[in-house]
Amino acid sequence: MRWKKTEYCGWGRAIRAQSDIVRPERQSALASLTKDVPAPAIGQLRSYGDAALNDSGYAIDMTRLDRIVDFDPEEGIVTVEAGARIGDLGRLFAPRGWIPTVMPGTGFATVGGCIANDVHGKNHHVDGSFGEHVASVTLIQNGRRKSITPAKNIALFKATMGGLGQTGVIAEAKLRLKPCKGDMMVLTERRIDGWDEFIAALDNSHSDYAVGWIDATAKGRNLARGILEEGEITSGISPRSGKSKDVPFDAPHWALSAPIVRLFNEAYFRRVPVGGRTSVKPIAAPFFPLDAVYNWNRLYGKRGFHQFQCVVPVAAVSALHAMLEKIANSGLASPLAVLKRMGAGRAGYLSFPMEGYTLAVDFPNRAEAAELITRLNRLTAEAGGRVYFAKDSLCTPDLIGQMYPELSDWQEAVAKADPDGTLKTDLVRRLKLRDSK
Amino acid sequence: MNQSWLILGATSSMARAFARAVAERGDTVFLAGRDKDDIRRIAADCMARGAPQAEALLFDARDASTYPALVQRLEKQDGQVNAAVFVGSMPPQSEIDADPSLIDGVVRDNFTGPAQILQMLAPVIEARGTGVIVGVGSVAGDRGRIGNYVYGSAKAGFHTYLSGLRNRLTRSGGHVVTVKPGFVDTSMTWGIEGMFLVASPDRVAQDILKAVKKKRNVLYTPFFWALIMLIIRHVPEPIFKKLSI
Repeated sequence: MRWKKTEYCGWGRAIRAQSDIVRPERQSALASLTKDVPAPAIGQLRSYGDAALNDSGYAIDMTRLDRIVDFDPEEGIVTVEAGARIGDLGRLFAPRGWIPTVMPGTGFATVGGCIANDVHGKNHHVDGSFGEHVASVTLIQNGRRKSITPAKNIALFKATMGGLGQTGVIAEAKLRLKPCKGDMMVLTERRIDGWDEFIAALDNSHSDYAVGWIDATAKGRNLARGILEEGEITSGISPRSGKSKDVPFDAPHWALSAPIVRLFNEAYFRRVPVGGRTSVKPIAAPFFPLDAVYNWNRLYGKRGFHQFQCVVPVAAVSALHAMLEKIANSGLASPLAVLKRMGAGRAGYLSFPMEGYTLAVDFPNRAEAAELITRLNRLTAEAGGRVYFAKDSLCTPDLIGQMYPELSDWQEAVAKADPDGTLKTDLVRRLKLRDSK
Repeated sequence: MNQSWLILGATSSMARAFARAVAERGDTVFLAGRDKDDIRRIAADCMARGAPQAEALLFDARDASTYPALVQRLEKQDGQVNAAVFVGSMPPQSEIDADPSLIDGVVRDNFTGPAQILQMLAPVIEARGTGVIVGVGSVAGDRGRIGNYVYGSAKAGFHTYLSGLRNRLTRSGGHVVTVKPGFVDTSMTWGIEGMFLVASPDRVAQDILKAVKKKRNVLYTPFFWALIMLIIRHVPEPIFKKLSI
């Protein structure tokens, strides 16, 4: 197989790497490759920072191993190769009454990536994390295939869910889908005027899917104003989906400068009438709002951006309020800021979710933003919360033990699965995740 | 009418994209190639995407004994039967220079092998008065170039064959689409230097389906290759022979 020297980056485009990348199209090719050159697997590169980067090393691009190997329409169980995109599974199966139980904010994420980051969706408070609906995974360790299940391989399975690809190349997975009425969603949007109202509204939401958009530029009495979106899947006639749009070039760096973001957010907030509104949409729109513009990350210009996402326990909600205040006062935030209630569901040692509230905010890649995020990371740790590896590019090793109390369990399983450290990525090295104390 | 497709060279990147596209609109697919394990996966994928039927069949361009069973399988199928040829091979020109006997295999994979099967299939299409053949050639077949003229000449032979077959089948209601892709992002081209304007296999598959629907005769995909090749074809030979493009 030919290797291609490639410069690439995470979705935030702020950290880059150069690797020799190979892209097998058959399982037989993958097996022989992993024997000759064990290397971390990568997918659609939708994690924001360096979770999928392996600078000056090797990587296996899994995107062409994307087949549905088996589908049981009675039980709603599907077996797919790791490169399959989660949005494609939703598109294919929802009209037939089944939907991936958990889908992250982009449909382009691969199933392998969903597992390696134990992703969550807008229904986390109801259905938990992605890994909780994985019935089995086929790992390739040194060229050998090994099928693992949560019942038989307890430690290895928990080290694989959210395990950043460190237990072996994720080649295939069997997923339990969730029954659904159709491929439409009834979406209710309403304005929220401030912090206390937002928290109360999230706590009291009884919808399957709920997420809050926050105007992270609003200060003072408008702090934490935003829009609460609640959805339920329903049946109906889905119009043919249009082609996604393209950002043909890197936007100039001022495109998302403070005055423009403030104007945009004001308009976005006022888009929803005072009394709220309800509409019925094809599921792709509320699930993957940003996918409508294929490469929206270019709007941040060629310097890219960082996303900060943390979760804090319910009792520490005031810490989140303090963080949001800092963000609003910094004038650095972008239009993309999301607040969500999380349940307790998590499938792995390094899974992100915990019962509490999660906040995600994008910042253009500038020195002030990096300083702010560094402060926010520290506040998160102090509040007993954690940051999300799929988004992170600026956290530091000293905070990890506090954020992820099961780190040593993970390390033990990973040391057995990949004793030579061949699957390490830039994120694993940066955060010293595999260096046990 | 029910549509069925025999897809030759089914493990190729473009064939996989094409098989998916026809499966998602509800056509039956017969996937033919050498790596049967892999083809079974493609068949399962096509079933999950909506094909009423998807079968993995053995096909080796270098082994003519695998040909008749493919045509017989299609004959048993009701409705309109079609074929799409994606089979091909492109050893580096330097390997061919070192071992000229490789030329036989290149011609077999890209031209004479598929041509033999299509020749057996032609009477079936004639008898049913309908049916489409998609033959994937290459822009490399439009003119011999220093970098890959053995591959190019095999594809040129295939192009000429397809043009003759079109002439024949059109009389009975059949149709032949000659596809000439430019650079496509496949396992064959991954990591090769000097690629530009590379198209995804999915895009090529969609272009082919459109061409089938509109009964196009020759399709350059993506479309701008028609213009590029128009220019390349018209460079006078005294000049062209000195170029290394």
